[in-house]
Amino acid sequence: MAYVAVKGGEEAILNSHGLVAEDRRGDPAVPELTVRQIAEQFGLAVDRVMCEGSVYDRELAALALKQAQGDAVEAIFLLRAFRTTLPRLAVSNALDTARMAIQRRVSATFKDIPGGQILGSTYEYTHRLLDFDHLDIVDCDMPKAKVADDPLDPTFPRAFDSISDEDLIEAELPEPDQSPVFDLTRDPLAMPAGRDQRLQNLARGDEGFVVGLAYSALRGYGAAHPYVGETRVGDVTIEILPEELGFSVSIGDIIVTECQMLDFFGGSEDEPARFTRGYGLSFGKSERKAMAMAIVDRSLRCREYGEEAKYPVQDEEFVLSHTDNLEAAGFVSHLTLPHYVDFQGDLQFIRQLREEHNRRRSSKEAAE
Amino acid sequence: MTGPHDNAAGRSFRQPYNFAYLDEQSKRMIRRCILKSMAVPGLQVPFGSREMPLAYGWGTGGIQVTASVIGPNDTLKVIDQGADDATNAVSIRRFFKRVAGIATTEITEAATIIQTRHRVPETPLKEGQIIVYQVPSPEPLRRLEPRDSETRKMHAYAEYGLMSVELYEDIARFGHIATTNSYPVMTNGRYLMSPSPIPKFDNPKIANNPAIQLFGAGREKRIYAVPPYTQVQSLDFEDHPFRVQRWRQCCSLCGATDSYLDEIVMSDKGRRMFVCSDTDYCTTRRNHGHLGPDRGDPADIELLLPSKIATGSESR
Amino acid sequence: MISVLDTAGLEPGFANPVFDSQDTFRRVLDAYAYVGRPQTLVSATAAVGPLDPATAAVCLTLADCETPVWLDSRSNLPSVRKYLGFHCGVPFVDSVERSTFAIVANPMTMPRLAEFNPGTELEPQVSTTIVVQVPSLNGGPPVRWRGPGIQREVSVDVDGLASWFWEDWELNHELYPSGVDVLFTSGNAIIALPRSISGEI
Repeated sequence: MAYVAVKGGEEAILNSHGLVAEDRRGDPAVPELTVRQIAEQFGLAVDRVMCEGSVYDRELAALALKQAQGDAVEAIFLLRAFRTTLPRLAVSNALDTARMAIQRRVSATFKDIPGGQILGSTYEYTHRLLDFDHLDIVDCDMPKAKVADDPLDPTFPRAFDSISDEDLIEAELPEPDQSPVFDLTRDPLAMPAGRDQRLQNLARGDEGFVVGLAYSALRGYGAAHPYVGETRVGDVTIEILPEELGFSVSIGDIIVTECQMLDFFGGSEDEPARFTRGYGLSFGKSERKAMAMAIVDRSLRCREYGEEAKYPVQDEEFVLSHTDNLEAAGFVSHLTLPHYVDFQGDLQFIRQLREEHNRRRSSKEAAE
Repeated sequence: MTGPHDNAAGRSFRQPYNFAYLDEQSKRMIRRCILKSMAVPGLQVPFGSREMPLAYGWGTGGIQVTASVIGPNDTLKVIDQGADDATNAVSIRRFFKRVAGIATTEITEAATIIQTRHRVPETPLKEGQIIVYQVPSPEPLRRLEPRDSETRKMHAYAEYGLMSVELYEDIARFGHIATTNSYPVMTNGRYLMSPSPIPKFDNPKIANNPAIQLFGAGREKRIYAVPPYTQVQSLDFEDHPFRVQRWRQCCSLCGATDSYLDEIVMSDKGRRMFVCSDTDYCTTRRNHGHLGPDRGDPADIELLLPSKIATGSESR
Repeated sequence: MISVLDTAGLEPGFANPVFDSQDTFRRVLDAYAYVGRPQTLVSATAAVGPLDPATAAVCLTLADCETPVWLDSRSNLPSVRKYLGFHCGVPFVDSVERSTFAIVANPMTMPRLAEFNPGTELEPQVSTTIVVQVPSLNGGPPVRWRGPGIQREVSVDVDGLASWFWEDWELNHELYPSGVDVLFTSGNAIIALPRSISGEI
């Protein structure tokens, strides 16, 4: 009976949960993963879950991944649903990424930059060959990378600061009005969206969707000609300013990836030609996401520069309404819910239309 | 509510959640939005929709509204497509039992709060009851205009001509208005409103209802309302007046001729029967001795009675 | 967090903030739903200076750090500010048109309705809700109310309003869907007057 499938009581739900638990555990002969192992050895998956889950906590993100059988979107959901119940204790000061303890830093704009290019930990120049050594756990020494002789300068100048003086790059100015920063986790998106809303939306947005949009902008469905002005990965300090203290205090360090894209701007009647900026920031080591975010940010700034918006990636409502993978995945998956009342309405209507169609045809035939 | 984190080694996040899951500030924000929506019937009030432990599209708007109004003395009924025993209705009822410890019921009359997806109960609602609709797409103009900045202006200036054009194009093409659910209504003579994907059969129940009707759209972050005794009109034309669906059949189980019927396929050879989509209405009628005329295989009818309904997959 | 608030002489808020504010909210919701019918607030709060228990309970239930509050001259006292500051964390504003909630303890001297924020056609929901505390919810001149939440019509005789009030209310009603909403409070009871309601003397 197909009918029974649309109904089901508490027992069915509990059984389903039981099946999930069984699936999650897999073969009991295989040792269970620990949250610590996931946090340590699936670091990039943890980074993505923290970024789109909007919670910087490696342990919680690893727990979410474990509970979700490694499904990133499900893990992000778990983390967000936890986050929403947390009290908001303070608003941090703006991050000062110029004071980052750099782990990686690359600019595509100049061959050599003050402070140097720092490749850091990246898959970029690895050969993507399956390494069959990882099939077995080899109890060997901890792999060790070589450490530089001298520590890096704590204040790294931006790679493209050298040409900023010539006004060739759009200045980064604070927003003229001092209104508090929009908080997308507490207020709904409001169109047209300010840059604060847009950047929060993109930072929380689905990596695949944002990368796809950025790709469309590069490939022909957009006007982007971006250069990586600089992308940097490293530790930054979070500070808050408690009113009763009157000075800032550090509450900890987090790893972020920041990307500044430079985009050609040919000038307009009021503005001379210069490079404009797109900005991306993500938790952890998520360079793909930060770069894509910067490209999409710049594409969405088209109206500021009087550029014609004719591609999907330049359409603010289209982009910002569809980035959130909880909203997207939730709504797609809800189609498994029964719709028989709705379907019955359409079914009735189609029958009625067909009856009328047949009646018209037979009366037409009778007339001929 | 949320205690301080213990140290990394043994830290525990198993602290209890607040009553009805949401924190008090979120509830307050939603309550303020509900009052605004009551003051301006049919206005979609934007709200800071929170992530809920159920997926978007599965009733998060309704759940947030219910969580913000529900108290320890309430009795909650949850239906999905009219049925109390549909899986998602069971799941939402379980959620509130777990986070609010409230009483639940399947009897429409006994409920103080009814959360629903896609149906309005057949039993007339009364004063003091609250019905909370789960809304997937709150914007009735969305299919005509995808941009929120545009539809907001259309609502602001009551420019609803486009909707009439759309409905009239249906008539030109099909001879009828082709919308069978989410059939748009005009609320308090001012706002065009989606009644949520209830069948148009249920539209007349929204008008002048003695109960409070609240609509929550979590993914789209909108709340709207129809207060008791409010004028609500389904759009139509003089030469094409609004009509609800009618069935030639009556309910096979209880014989009702005034309820919305689901069509049940009974065999591979296309044998089918019709039963009330509102399970409580059907059960109550049968308990009062009303029986359907269907002389079909009694075993089939047995299968359809809620007590006999199998509970989904039990083995792999 | 370091507490620098002086809590001496502070009136207590709800005994049980979660359930008392839920119960109060439901009665406010009923007031908006069954317009014109007085609703008695069961969850007890003490009067706070010039504020009746109902006025204080409405504030505890609906106001917080996201809702700027304006106080009229009678309610703008250190005791009231301390109470709302401590229990609700509200920011206070001096200009009435920037308020989400306006507390009026003396309706005879309250600003004309047009001075409050009426919202805009695009955002009618941002208008001010005025909590007007009156000496009594009845005994005043009868006014016929009509609109959503009312079967046909209802006669309401709120006492102690300024002579211009109902004239102003009709102008406010004409702004619909913009316009202010009013919540009358007295003792332990409330009556809501949403902008959708027309009042005829």
